[in-house]
Amino acid sequence: MSTPAALEAIREEFLAVEPRERLLLLLEYADDLPPLPERYGDSPELLERVPECQAPVFVKAEVAEGVVHVHATAPAEAPTTRGFASVLAHGLEGLSRDEALAVPDDFPDTLGLTVAVSPLRLRGMSGMLARIKRQLREA
Amino acid sequence: MAEQDDSTRFAGYAHPERLVSTEWLAEHLGDEGLVVIESDEDVLLYETGHIPGAVKVDWHTDLNDPVTRDYIDGEAFAALFGRLGIDRDATLVVYGDKSNWWAAYALWVFTLFGHEDVRLLDGGRAKWIAEDRAVTRDATVRTPTEYPVVERDDSQVRAFREDVLDHFGAPLIDVRSPLEYSGARTTAPEYPEESALRGGHIPTAQNVPWAKAAAEDGTFKGRADLQAIYQDGAGLRPGDDVIAYCRIGERSSHTWFVLTHLLGYDKVRNYDGSWTEWGSAVRVPIVQGDQPGEVPSAR
Repeated sequence: MSTPAALEAIREEFLAVEPRERLLLLLEYADDLPPLPERYGDSPELLERVPECQAPVFVKAEVAEGVVHVHATAPAEAPTTRGFASVLAHGLEGLSRDEALAVPDDFPDTLGLTVAVSPLRLRGMSGMLARIKRQLREA
Repeated sequence: MAEQDDSTRFAGYAHPERLVSTEWLAEHLGDEGLVVIESDEDVLLYETGHIPGAVKVDWHTDLNDPVTRDYIDGEAFAALFGRLGIDRDATLVVYGDKSNWWAAYALWVFTLFGHEDVRLLDGGRAKWIAEDRAVTRDATVRTPTEYPVVERDDSQVRAFREDVLDHFGAPLIDVRSPLEYSGARTTAPEYPEESALRGGHIPTAQNVPWAKAAAEDGTFKGRADLQAIYQDGAGLRPGDDVIAYCRIGERSSHTWFVLTHLLGYDKVRNYDGSWTEWGSAVRVPIVQGDQPGEVPSAR
């Protein structure tokens, strides 16, 4: 298993700042979660709920012409969850399926967020990654 | 100590001084001796925009001991409040998301440390924002204080498992959802299943989901409605000694607040071990289904 370059860069970005600053970085990602493509906006049932997250978050990973795209939606009242989804959406965008599947399952635990966010909440991100990888295997 | 909110809306409650309205807070923001604290389920929600001047207390990263399953001790609490610039005699107005669910939890923990003047913002974060009141992403800067080291007092408003075992025969309120109460689930619907090995409830507990105390807009229901819910509905009598619990003690803090400050019960304890402890403990009695069940016979 190996972490692709874009995700590695995101991790380095987090680890380069103090734990409290990491929360603000996560907020930037939350603000930057790409909107759902219209075809999903009209049909949220095409997305999968991530029950490991406290907030209602839905993800859809797809492979189009050999390239991975991750779409996600979560309410504005759940910025932590939005931030997690955004990190994965940005970090996995444009990879091949094999590259995305090679992302280590414990990637969320390596962002240095354990103290600032708490392990309980990070479990939501692990759940999201696991569901994305399963969808990619089935895609 | 800040003056109290004399809105007639609160006059019927046993302790109206424990609530302030959004109007009151908007007028008193920046008052000497008043500190506004936001406490949410989501650790980043405060950062997306908070009441100007408010500081943040996170239930998980600030109030829980990082190692032992317990709250922080007096020294850590003094360090927290000192860092936030809070004096021992400050008036604290606490607010948060989800009808003040987490705000009530924080307020209950502050009570363990005997911080006297603690109040909730009726309607919480959602009402403030719905009324289009000011929010900001600007970091709040307060001058640190020397908050005294006060030993946490767990004897008055906190119950442990042993206290619950000794309490049978007196009222217990289970504030979780009906599916958790019956044992069909171990966590609230929509929440991840985690942490308890058995489903069900503590024998004799009445099921009164916490949110019954909240109106549509997240404010507390009026006293008559609350009495109908807890006295007519769940059978509490004036003067009762009550223990409330949920899954980890947060939703039941909301009910603790209602019973103590709005209805005036002076012997209410929150069992924060709650279902994650009881549902995994060896040889404690459990009842499944929608009926409270009988007082268990002694082993």
